[in-house]
Amino acid sequence: MNNILVFPMILPIVAGVGLLFFRTSRSIQRWGSIAAMTAVFSISLFILTTVLSDGIMRLDFGEWLPPFGITFVADAFAMLLVSAASLVSILCLLYAAFARDEQREHFFLYPFLLLLTAGVNGSFLTGDLFNLFVCFEVMLLASYVLMTLGGERRQLVEGVKYILINILSSWLFLLGIAYIYGTLGTLNMAHLSLRIAEAGQPPLLTTISILFLVVFSLKAGLVLYFWLPGSYGALPTAVSALFAALLTKVGVYALFRTFTLLFYHEPNITHTIIGWMAVATMIGGSIGAIAYKDIRKIASYNVVIAVGFMLAGLAAFNLEAIEGAIYYLLHDILVKGLLFLSIGSIIYATGKTRFDEVSGLIVNYPLFGWMFFVTILSLGGIPPFSGFPGKILIGQGSIAAGEYVLAAVAFASSLAVLYSLIRIFLSMFWGEMSIRRKDQVPLTKGRLAPILILTLLTAGLGLGMNLLSPYVSEAANVLMNPELYINKALNKPF
Amino acid sequence: MRENDVILQTVSKIAVFIILTFGVYLFLAGHHHPGGGFIGGLTLSSAFVLLYLSFDVETVNAGIPLDYRKLAATGVLISVCTGMGSLLFGSAFLSQTFAYFNLPLFGKTELATVVLFEAGVALGVIGVVVTIITSISGEV
Repeated sequence: MNNILVFPMILPIVAGVGLLFFRTSRSIQRWGSIAAMTAVFSISLFILTTVLSDGIMRLDFGEWLPPFGITFVADAFAMLLVSAASLVSILCLLYAAFARDEQREHFFLYPFLLLLTAGVNGSFLTGDLFNLFVCFEVMLLASYVLMTLGGERRQLVEGVKYILINILSSWLFLLGIAYIYGTLGTLNMAHLSLRIAEAGQPPLLTTISILFLVVFSLKAGLVLYFWLPGSYGALPTAVSALFAALLTKVGVYALFRTFTLLFYHEPNITHTIIGWMAVATMIGGSIGAIAYKDIRKIASYNVVIAVGFMLAGLAAFNLEAIEGAIYYLLHDILVKGLLFLSIGSIIYATGKTRFDEVSGLIVNYPLFGWMFFVTILSLGGIPPFSGFPGKILIGQGSIAAGEYVLAAVAFASSLAVLYSLIRIFLSMFWGEMSIRRKDQVPLTKGRLAPILILTLLTAGLGLGMNLLSPYVSEAANVLMNPELYINKALNKPF
Repeated sequence: MRENDVILQTVSKIAVFIILTFGVYLFLAGHHHPGGGFIGGLTLSSAFVLLYLSFDVETVNAGIPLDYRKLAATGVLISVCTGMGSLLFGSAFLSQTFAYFNLPLFGKTELATVVLFEAGVALGVIGVVVTIITSISGEV
């Protein structure tokens, strides 16, 4: 019994609901939500270190033993993601607190941001397929509200699409759960894994696994990313950063969990399909990132490319590639938050959304300009920053698995990332100064602080990789050896 | 032009109490039979909705001065806090317990902590349903 496991999900809920009572006091809303997420972050770091020293932890809700009750299972993979997600949400909340969007704040911006993180953390921690669905819904309901909060025309247009596509995918998810419960009679993930292993994953189960692949691909933006660029572009900065950092990652997490713990017996079918989907995603995302001049679109397509890249690691399906994918997942949570905060700040400062409309920003905002440059290097996977170890390991892993096409496309997509963003940097930050000093909108310290912290983190994560590596190798080890997870997640072998 | 809704209002005044009683009955029955916080809460909120339909929003709000958003939030907080209450006794999150007491008038009665959790659910449901209905009816 490890009651501490419930706090990453329950604290944001309690804080979010509690903040509903303080609607009129903006400062309680702002700082209360930041305090709650800071507490969640420290608790999740504590759990992470405990998991590394004492092994996987489990909490049975209401003391109903698995596979009958709902369980939360914390392995290193889940806890790494919970920690990174909580950290990035602190910084997005900080940005929102200084952006002072008073209209949205009045309509419960912070409670919904907190509920969103509660759903995200719950999805990472749960050890039950139906509970995963519930946590997805908590996250999605909060995201529907955040999507349409403010009621701008573009938000509503994109919001309707976003809600429809997610309701469809939730329905398919429920259908998949019904199928799997009908065939195997359980929904506890560890128990499912055992029963699938006993049955040897016959074609029927492989078909169900492909239904899950479709569902999670819709959430993650793997091939089925058509809804993503428009909707992420319509949001206010802090919310779009949180969406870009977290929402697709939950889909990616679910894909990793299902295709390493449950459906790992037919990699020739499932993982090959994932590989081709990853290739298609990277190519499509790269085309999108290069095709547009709207910087929000470019940033959104960068999210798509990264999803393809991480799934390339899953497709290669060996220890190295999985380890690389975990590094990249952590890096991407931080750096996509950073990218969207930076892009949002550029739009706030210039009022322009196309990169050929402004130039010479580096004279106006020198610190911000160089931070944006670091972001680009980090996204492109240039060595001292956090994108590098993930890229190199995924590359090595896919070559070791004989997936040469995958490796080639993955590295080509990195070039597309670098090109698409360097283009923004060259034309917006270099060249003739187009905004005179007396006309320039000041970027306050409060807005720059979260961006600076994230920039330092991406540099620090790259340089301090040794600190992180025991956690990541433990996480990859558990993913590649499902019996480790099953032994801890179930009381006794069934 | 004002519609003549004397019959609706007269029936509602009585029916509301029947619905409320039935809602409470369903809520308490839920421990062993079909019913419970969610269903009880839905039935209770249907009484409020009936009031809103037969009288106008201002009259009902003047009669029952409740902020339903805060009611919903209170409900959720109660539910979560009863879940956390078990932590104080060293049990897992959401653990529930029950015992038998000899109460005057009722005799031997089963009292369960899950009633508190369900009360939170019921309040949450009432708050959310009434908020949705009044928001839809309100001007955009």
